[in-house]
Amino acid sequence: MRKLIGLILIFGFAFYMFTIVAAIVIPSDSSEKKSVGIDILQNSVRQTGAANAVTSIVVLYRGFDTLGEVTVLFLSALGIALLMKGGRSFKHKTEDESFILKTGSHLLFPFMFLFGIYIIAHGHLTPGGGFPGGVIIATGFFIVLMTSDVFKFRDYFLTIIEGFAGLSFIVLGIVGLFTPEKSFLVNFMNKGVFNTVFSAGIIPLIYAAIGIKVSSELSGAVGNLFVSKYGRRSENE
Amino acid sequence: MIYMLFFLVIMMLAAGVGIIFIKNVLNAVIVSSVISLGISIIFVFLAAPDVAITEATIGSALTTVIFIIAISKTKGKYSEKKE
Amino acid sequence: MNNIINIETLIFTASIGLVVIGIYLVIAEKNLIKIIIGLNLADSGVNIFIVFSGYIKNKTAPIFSKGSLGFENMVDPLPQALVLTAIVIGFGVTALSLAIAIRLYKHYGTLDISKIRGLKW
Repeated sequence: MRKLIGLILIFGFAFYMFTIVAAIVIPSDSSEKKSVGIDILQNSVRQTGAANAVTSIVVLYRGFDTLGEVTVLFLSALGIALLMKGGRSFKHKTEDESFILKTGSHLLFPFMFLFGIYIIAHGHLTPGGGFPGGVIIATGFFIVLMTSDVFKFRDYFLTIIEGFAGLSFIVLGIVGLFTPEKSFLVNFMNKGVFNTVFSAGIIPLIYAAIGIKVSSELSGAVGNLFVSKYGRRSENE
Repeated sequence: MIYMLFFLVIMMLAAGVGIIFIKNVLNAVIVSSVISLGISIIFVFLAAPDVAITEATIGSALTTVIFIIAISKTKGKYSEKKE
Repeated sequence: MNNIINIETLIFTASIGLVVIGIYLVIAEKNLIKIIIGLNLADSGVNIFIVFSGYIKNKTAPIFSKGSLGFENMVDPLPQALVLTAIVIGFGVTALSLAIAIRLYKHYGTLDISKIRGLKW
């Protein structure tokens, strides 16, 4: 019964999209566009000094939306920590992993760490930035966490690092209130030489703060999911 | 060049229909990871390399790991029908 | 045949197809984890549609590197910045809903939603 109603609704929605909306979207000639994005492309090198136009939009022209996104990630990690902690902590005992997994993960982790730092640091020159770089470092962390019998999961240092990184993002924005332009998140450093690492003003600093915050937050959240006492392994208590 | 995109879209839609008919939930998660990878390739065709890197790491690596952790914690003798 | 297989039709079909499959999995499935997979697929489908709205034919990526051809040959960068935010938020929603699913399993003992909510159908 539910499948039948589901199929009727789905076919109605698909019929609407393919006959009414497709006639508007598909034949529109997309070679002459006037929009805010084309205007930003013409002025972004002169105003910000960054080589990557998407990065200059995410950090400078739309920096407040990035602050909201960092807040949403923080709320989701907070919710996971609230749901998964409680009672006594559970000493997670791995079964006997194979020798290849144990040594392979220990050898792989420095390279993933270095690759993540490279993508964060060159966010204004090549595609990438703070968010994918932080996710790569977090992936390296929990490859080691899940297959090693030497490292334990302690989230005390991770929460301190995450707090300081988030605080430094806000402090970098508030410093802009004391410049002659008097607004939040303004580019107050000089633009430097184009297409080098130390250019584009405030963008590498903000991306470094975001990268540290995202990596420590996500490894803390996934570590909490992994060693929690709720779930199947605690049935035989 | 356009035929590569054609075969990619056909493969993704066939995988999506296949998820509906798969009974074991672990196999469905692996197929969903392949669909995420196909979406990342479509982003490269649309001239958006920044978005492609972000989707490849988040959608294909992290989401699959979180699903597998959740599946391993919800199996047991009280789970629903064994398949 | 060549005026049906152009890039706009293919991308539009892929995006609407993914949204349709995702919504069907949310409506008509019984296992809670497959419902969450459907939510994730619908999110990705909408992201393709938004990036496609900034695409101009035969132009290239918006990055000013050493050999770039100037800003007349680049696509619109504003929808890409919005989709970057949307992908990360979609991951946050998926992670939190999986944590809720683990707690539901601990409380009810099963992941079958017709037993959890007492649905009649």
